[in-house]
Amino acid sequence: MGEFEVHRVRFFGLVPAGVRCLACQPRGARLALARTDGAVEIYNCSANYFQEKVIPGHEARSVEALCWAAGERLFGAGLSGDITEYDLAGLRVARSLPGSGGPIWSMAANSSGTRLAVGCEDGSVKLFQVIPGGIQFERNLDRRKGRILCLSWHPSGTHIAAGSIDIFRVLDVSSGQTVQRVMVNYQVQKVKRECVVWSIAFLSSGTVVTCDSFGRVQFWDWERGTLLESHTVSTSSVLSLAVSEKEDSIIVGTSTGATYQFQLLPVKMGSLEKRWVRTKPFQHHTHDVRAVAHSSTALISGGLDAQLVIRPLMEKVQKKSYDAALRKFTFPHRRLVSCARKARLLLFQFSQHLELWRLGSTDETGEDGEVLPLRRLPEHLVQLKSKGPEHIYCSCVSPCGSWVAYSTASRFHLYRVQHKGDSVSIKKVPKVPKLLLPAYQLQFSADSSSLFVASARGSVHVLQLLEPGGCKHLHTHRPPSESPEAVYLLAVSADGHWLAAAGGDWTIHVYNLKCSKHHCTVPTYSCAVTALAIHPLTNNLVIAYSDQQLFEFSIPEKQYTAWSRTVQSCGLHTVWLERDSPITHITFNPKNPSHILLHDTYMFCVLDKSLPLPDNSALLMNQSTLKQLPETARQRQLHAFKICKKFQPLLFADLLDEKCLVMVERPIMDIKTQLPLPVQQKKFGT
Amino acid sequence: MVAPASLRVVRCGGSALHGARAVFSCDSKQVVPGYLLCASGDFVKLYSLATGEPLRLLGGHAGLVTGIQLNPHNHMQLYSSSLDGSIKLWDYVDGIPIKTYTVGSKLLALYALASSEDSVFAIIPKSGERDTFQLVSVKLTKAAGQDLEAKELSVVLDGVDASPKRIAFGREGEYVASVKEVNLQVYFFKQKQLNRFSVSATKTKGGSNHFTCIACHPTEDCIATGHADGKIRLWRNFYHRKEYTFSTLHWHHDTVMDLAFSVEGTNLLSGGVESVLVLWHSESDCQKDFLPRLGSAIEYISMSTDGTLCCTLHTDNRITIINSNLRFSKSIQGLIKSRDVKTGLVVDPRTKALVLNGEPGHLQFYCLQSDQQLFSLDIVQRQYIHQAGLKQVDLVKVAFSAEGKWLATVEEREEVTDPELQLKLWFFDEETQSFKLNTRINMPHEDHITDMCFRDMDELDDDSLMLVTAGRDRVFKVWMMVEDSDPEAQQSVSWSCDFVGSYHNYEATNCCFSEDGSLLAVSFEETVTVWDSVTWDLKCTFCHPPGKIRNICFGRLTCSKYLIGATDYGFLCCWNLLSCALEWSAHLNILILQPDPLSEHIAAVSWLSKESSLFVFKPNDPRPIYIQRNLCKEKIQLAAFVPRDEPEMIGSEKYLWLRKSQLFFLTDTQELLTLSTKSLEERLTPSSKQLAVEESLLVTPFSLLLGKHRRQQSQDNIDLGNLIHNKHEQDSPAVKELLHTPAHVLPSASFLCPIFINSLLISKDNKSAEEVADEVEMESEKTEDDSDEEGDVTEMEQEDASPMKLLGEITYKLSKSQEKELRKIRKMDYSWISAL
Repeated sequence: MGEFEVHRVRFFGLVPAGVRCLACQPRGARLALARTDGAVEIYNCSANYFQEKVIPGHEARSVEALCWAAGERLFGAGLSGDITEYDLAGLRVARSLPGSGGPIWSMAANSSGTRLAVGCEDGSVKLFQVIPGGIQFERNLDRRKGRILCLSWHPSGTHIAAGSIDIFRVLDVSSGQTVQRVMVNYQVQKVKRECVVWSIAFLSSGTVVTCDSFGRVQFWDWERGTLLESHTVSTSSVLSLAVSEKEDSIIVGTSTGATYQFQLLPVKMGSLEKRWVRTKPFQHHTHDVRAVAHSSTALISGGLDAQLVIRPLMEKVQKKSYDAALRKFTFPHRRLVSCARKARLLLFQFSQHLELWRLGSTDETGEDGEVLPLRRLPEHLVQLKSKGPEHIYCSCVSPCGSWVAYSTASRFHLYRVQHKGDSVSIKKVPKVPKLLLPAYQLQFSADSSSLFVASARGSVHVLQLLEPGGCKHLHTHRPPSESPEAVYLLAVSADGHWLAAAGGDWTIHVYNLKCSKHHCTVPTYSCAVTALAIHPLTNNLVIAYSDQQLFEFSIPEKQYTAWSRTVQSCGLHTVWLERDSPITHITFNPKNPSHILLHDTYMFCVLDKSLPLPDNSALLMNQSTLKQLPETARQRQLHAFKICKKFQPLLFADLLDEKCLVMVERPIMDIKTQLPLPVQQKKFGT
Repeated sequence: MVAPASLRVVRCGGSALHGARAVFSCDSKQVVPGYLLCASGDFVKLYSLATGEPLRLLGGHAGLVTGIQLNPHNHMQLYSSSLDGSIKLWDYVDGIPIKTYTVGSKLLALYALASSEDSVFAIIPKSGERDTFQLVSVKLTKAAGQDLEAKELSVVLDGVDASPKRIAFGREGEYVASVKEVNLQVYFFKQKQLNRFSVSATKTKGGSNHFTCIACHPTEDCIATGHADGKIRLWRNFYHRKEYTFSTLHWHHDTVMDLAFSVEGTNLLSGGVESVLVLWHSESDCQKDFLPRLGSAIEYISMSTDGTLCCTLHTDNRITIINSNLRFSKSIQGLIKSRDVKTGLVVDPRTKALVLNGEPGHLQFYCLQSDQQLFSLDIVQRQYIHQAGLKQVDLVKVAFSAEGKWLATVEEREEVTDPELQLKLWFFDEETQSFKLNTRINMPHEDHITDMCFRDMDELDDDSLMLVTAGRDRVFKVWMMVEDSDPEAQQSVSWSCDFVGSYHNYEATNCCFSEDGSLLAVSFEETVTVWDSVTWDLKCTFCHPPGKIRNICFGRLTCSKYLIGATDYGFLCCWNLLSCALEWSAHLNILILQPDPLSEHIAAVSWLSKESSLFVFKPNDPRPIYIQRNLCKEKIQLAAFVPRDEPEMIGSEKYLWLRKSQLFFLTDTQELLTLSTKSLEERLTPSSKQLAVEESLLVTPFSLLLGKHRRQQSQDNIDLGNLIHNKHEQDSPAVKELLHTPAHVLPSASFLCPIFINSLLISKDNKSAEEVADEVEMESEKTEDDSDEEGDVTEMEQEDASPMKLLGEITYKLSKSQEKELRKIRKMDYSWISAL
């Protein structure tokens, strides 16, 4: 392209936290994920695994187990010893109850979701009843020495299998007694090494599946306490295990980063005798696979390398489409970077601190693809540490660069940044108005005169910023119909006239800021909104959905634009639709009003509305071929999507001015160097 | 003894054992140790599992044998298929063909199933289309008679691969699976359902994904496939087109050559180019055992039906038998196939074994009589590393001194420019009975060594021993033994260069000593130079332009005044050394010129219009004694005369040149051929037949007792004298065969009776009966042959004399007529006795 001067930013030192546990909603479309820093994320399986909700972590609240109960309720338990219920609409902890058995290692809900079993450090298994508005302690089951590392209910709900060190036990729920106790290290008694049962599953046939630190996956008959089958899959530990709902497939994750699928297959055609066979190995992770989940169409694994890998089962997918693609998510599907265009500052959000950087600058020009020497290096101006154990929900820097705001679960902070020459001083704005917290998204207006705070129940607060350092609550916009869901995306028009807000129920409300009233609602679409932006000149609202559809909605006319209707009637290119990461940011080029700039993790795209849309026979990513064509042929080949894949993985891209872009990359290799060394494995040829 | 009318070309070993997987005879647990059957060229070889000796050669196919299978309904019978389009049913223990079914089209593989009553499966080329093959079931009619037509074919699978390893039949013959390139197809016989699966065709980083071999689990529905990138996939649930699944085992770094399941199906064996047999336990990637260092790449793996033994066929024709606990049991080695026979065929004068390249860097000594490797001498003494594109040091030239006391070898690294050469001289150590390295010479020549020879003289005089090497660096060098001056040296002598000769800066291409060692002929491109081996003067030069000299040799015995040379331009020239003139020349494109060391005959093999022809001539006569056109289809690469242990009696004058030595050829497919006047049955040595009989005897207390008794008896016999003993020995083969051949294959009693009675008779009667005929033969023989037979005559005299001594120790002077009669008897052919 050669049209832009690009700041290639690689100094955002984000290290995503490892995946600790995964829970698939039974018969549902949601996947809950907990990270090692205590954050809980909800992915929507039906909306292309979009990361719908994020509940930031808490220093004192590690999550060791997650489970869905009573339909849509999500419970977590951790080493703090508390059982936590999450408020998924408000994206925060709803309530918390102490388990009173020391650190909790495991938790499982029965198949009807009415009871929770909790395995504690002191070796006890406690039963809790799920009641409306909370949980209630029911009883303690037989307590033996040794921490309960994993739990599994029999589908009928009469027995619980509990895995510990060297043994697993089967407990009768009604009597509370241990009815079977099986030593798992019997075969290897010569080795004086303890055998940790890392994960356990109780099948309806009465088979108990265990995986242990010796790298074995074993199938036991619990009534007789006999070993049915043993498969050694790894030389190191097998850490996690998940069974499909039909109980014909198992996925296990090992500490070498490999996952294996086991399938229950008939030994002979037509015979009833079936056997578990290890079938497909997958090596998508580099570190421990701490959590696996088995949805009806995919194998899901999460590891300490912070990757969530969704591997669809080809035989369960009806047609080869977007669903059949392997997906790997490392980075959150939301913005962690905000940019002060005028001041050329970048604000990076980490889990417990913020970093403010000034971009480098150069006064040289060069050819396409040339790296320009810097006159001034990028500079780390300020590091803002959040106080308290809570993690940061959201943050923003104003376009002028003199205001920085962030929010945690219980507090909202606004800072005034003063630039005196090269030095920077920061001052906290006192007496911020009491708002409904937490804030899920913060957005400054283009002239930096007001701050919009996305809040719970679909409301958006408008704060007026006062010189030299103060603020005032102006107004709260509420949707016409009450919604429990929080607003998670905001977009403000450049003229300060319009505000668009997208909530967890996927509706987009447009407010008129001048008259402080609700203007209209964008027709609801059946997918989650991934990015929003209002065009500075035409005041068209551009919306990207998680199924990769793009819409353009004219706010003044309260209807989709003609271009948007053309896109819908022609359809987008299949290659575009089959991309596996959502659009996370949209921006515009004021010089070229027909240009829309958007990006996801793997590409940056300039969408030119004046050019024809490509049909499926055309090459979508044609920039490199276009370069080789002569001018006349190039004109014929041009289409609306100009895609650049040079910058990967892309966390943020924005236009600073007419011909200056900033690209924030986070190379995977840089993250790997921050992780501990993986398990040593011999590799042929090295 | 009447010789057959014509010479036959007989394959006698070395041919590739690559037709098909080996087959174990029914039960190796029986007291009979069992046999191993291998397809070898046009034959099926039967080996004893107990000793590893080749017992029988089932011949009768006119083309390459492509498949062998035991008859599933009678384990004493064997089906074999061949490229000649016939299926034969054999009684393999006795080597009798029972039936021949003519199918009509080429058969590329054969499968027999227990579940199919009267049909077998075969791969045939699809008519009308090139390079497409189909799997058909062939109905074998039950009609009487030996030769039957089997024209009832029904196609089972289309578009299969020609390799027999790429089709396998599943559990109880329920389904058949075939792989080709990246596709796997499974056909279920009962459901008549065909399922197709494929692996991604794109090349992965490990190489191509193509299927190379397939094996089916004997009891479960599981198919194992091997791939070109070294992976093994285990397919299950393949009766669902969509919900099929596979798991992967990966150890091999290169193509998986063959796979085999154990009898119960709990273990899987795989082999490849690494020459390591891998045993996978219960289909797990983590539990595997290895049997490494099997010598060369594994081509086929087969299991015995009871699972106690397993056998691997290797690319170099070795057969390895392995116990069920993955312990090496036995190795059967015939002529080892090496990548390239650079050394030529050389005869070891000591053992009369053929010596040529064996394993990489080794010299193999191959015993022609027993079709076995005597031993393998490591010449290069470096670890062989299997890696594509790696230049290996290889053995290129070898020469023995006349008595086999010294061995000279040349090894080089295969590089075009700047080769790395080494000349080694080995001394035969009588104590250890093996060759010991005496001298190592680095870079004996600047460039490749083209030829090397010892001076063949009586070796009692060590000083006369010399070695000549001719090199492409335009010189020839003479190497002599010198006393070692270094007192610390372990040996007293070593070799060093004595003379360097060159001629007009031409490349030296061949060298050859005359029979008495006085002259050395060295060819320099177009010119042959003759040098005095004492003074190293250039005596004379011969030239026959145009064309470079390809081969030279001196005539022997009566023809020692001649020098023979063959040129590039297709001329065979004979120069007279006395007159220094061209005696005669012939227009022939000679590839090989091979003099018989024991007679004046010279064999020449020409290559013209894609056929090899053999000419045998004496240098003094331009007309050849014997011509055989179209010797074989393949190009003949090398030839050698191997002296016989005892001269063969040959009736026809035409074949007299075969009396003292036998001519062997090596084709470019490394098949060893020979010319024989005998029919096939006779060629099998009686010793191996005896062995077969003795082995099959049960070891019971009674037999032990009997054996002891017999041994005593035989000792008594020896004490008694040789007369009776001799008789017994002569009789034994005939009688033994009569007694031990199964009754159903014996000829009629009326035919056997005279033979049996004859064997009991004293042979003197026979002698007088054939007297007249012999006289004629004796007169026709040339007088010069008499002297050659001296050794034999003395032996026979002793034999004749012994009965006389026994008959009362009377010695009296013989009358003239008696003497003449005695001489006649002496000339008589006794070989018929052994033939009985």
